[in-house]
Amino acid sequence: MSYRLRMVVFGAGVLGFASLLIWGLGGLPDFGDFAGRYGQYLAHSALPERHATSSIAVTTFDFRGVDTLIEEFILFTAAVGVVALLRVHRETEEVPAEPETTRWPTAQSGALRSLITALVAPVLVLGIDIVLHGHLTPGGGFQGGVILMSALFLVYLAGTHIGLGPLRPMAAMETAEGIGAAGFALIGLGGLIIAGAYLENFLPFGAPNHLVSGGAIPLLNIAVGLEVMGALLIVIGEFLDQRLLMQKGKL
Amino acid sequence: MSFLPYAVAAWLFLIGLYGIVTSRNLVHLVVCLSVVQSSTYVLLLAVGYRSGGTAPIYADISHSENVVDPIVATLTLTDVVVEATVVALLLALTVQAHRRFGTLDPNEMGALRG
Amino acid sequence: MTAVQIAALAAVAFGGTAVVLARDPARQALVTSVYGLTLAILFLAFQAPDVALSQIVVGAVALPAMIIYALRKIIRREEVDREDR
Repeated sequence: MSYRLRMVVFGAGVLGFASLLIWGLGGLPDFGDFAGRYGQYLAHSALPERHATSSIAVTTFDFRGVDTLIEEFILFTAAVGVVALLRVHRETEEVPAEPETTRWPTAQSGALRSLITALVAPVLVLGIDIVLHGHLTPGGGFQGGVILMSALFLVYLAGTHIGLGPLRPMAAMETAEGIGAAGFALIGLGGLIIAGAYLENFLPFGAPNHLVSGGAIPLLNIAVGLEVMGALLIVIGEFLDQRLLMQKGKL
Repeated sequence: MSFLPYAVAAWLFLIGLYGIVTSRNLVHLVVCLSVVQSSTYVLLLAVGYRSGGTAPIYADISHSENVVDPIVATLTLTDVVVEATVVALLLALTVQAHRRFGTLDPNEMGALRG
Repeated sequence: MTAVQIAALAAVAFGGTAVVLARDPARQALVTSVYGLTLAILFLAFQAPDVALSQIVVGAVALPAMIIYALRKIIRREEVDREDR
């Protein structure tokens, strides 16, 4: 099909689709008048039943926990897909990975490097805080995991790679991702064994507005935070030809 | 005026679709796909909104206040992070396509050979 | 509908159009970052702070970073190909 013919077909299709879409959206209730009872019931029963003040966190990890489990595994699978696409070809790659001679610090100016180095610790603490307080205030595993990823990524931006002492960094990130993904599923199994239903909240609920409350929700937040941090660092590391996570020349 | 959120969601979907169809660069195409995804977030949150409502976090409000729907917020917040990783997967596919065909123009990529 | 919501919706509509009309991927990454921030303001105006926090960290940090690093990998390959020829 020639380009012009394709554009004509697309034009006709999109006009029809747009008219159907506008007509369909016109049938929705007015903005602000949503009369759904399920959501209101979940919101009003989050605090009395689970003693956790953020009803969004309770909905994510307790009332609709299976949806979150599935979304988490979509993330895991996408990370595995990126690794399968980019890492397997590295052995047969005609384009070499970045040679050692270009291993200057990523940020070239000294002032920028100092600023980035000063930001690493506050961002790390912020990430941990948001992960742990997910059941009390807006936040949780997903948001905190991305912040933790950016804290470690700042280390790469200020230097040449992320070093984790005696640990092998790539293996550490993969382990973190695995612990996160498996941890969520296994805590659900704990609910099945102890309380009779998968992902049932089986730990004691505690008092509202305290850090240890909401049953298994803080643990699930930590699992999701670890997984999101590991998955995003692995993905960005693959794009950077694995130079992001190195340990003195070996991976 | 109360149709404006739905109109914006429909507009984002259609402009993203137009960007995908008329794109000359695979990376540009993937980013237009993320615009289409964001239209669904706008639609979900517009559906769940309640006039005069506030966020359903009970840390500092009393129990009987008008709150917006928490379910659509749950769906959207997990979706935002997961779709970022799916975009990364699509970008990895783009890198491999460039490696295979030498070009990023979708019109010039040949058919898949067995 | 409050004035903040109307302004945020207009900004999101303009931002989405700008992302599509920016044809160069490197420039598009920066426009995506700004679009992510306008979306986050919209989500805050819709009384969903969790979603706004998600959108800020993903749409303004992680997504443009991934686009730029994918572009870098592609451009490196093109440079090496050009050197070989």
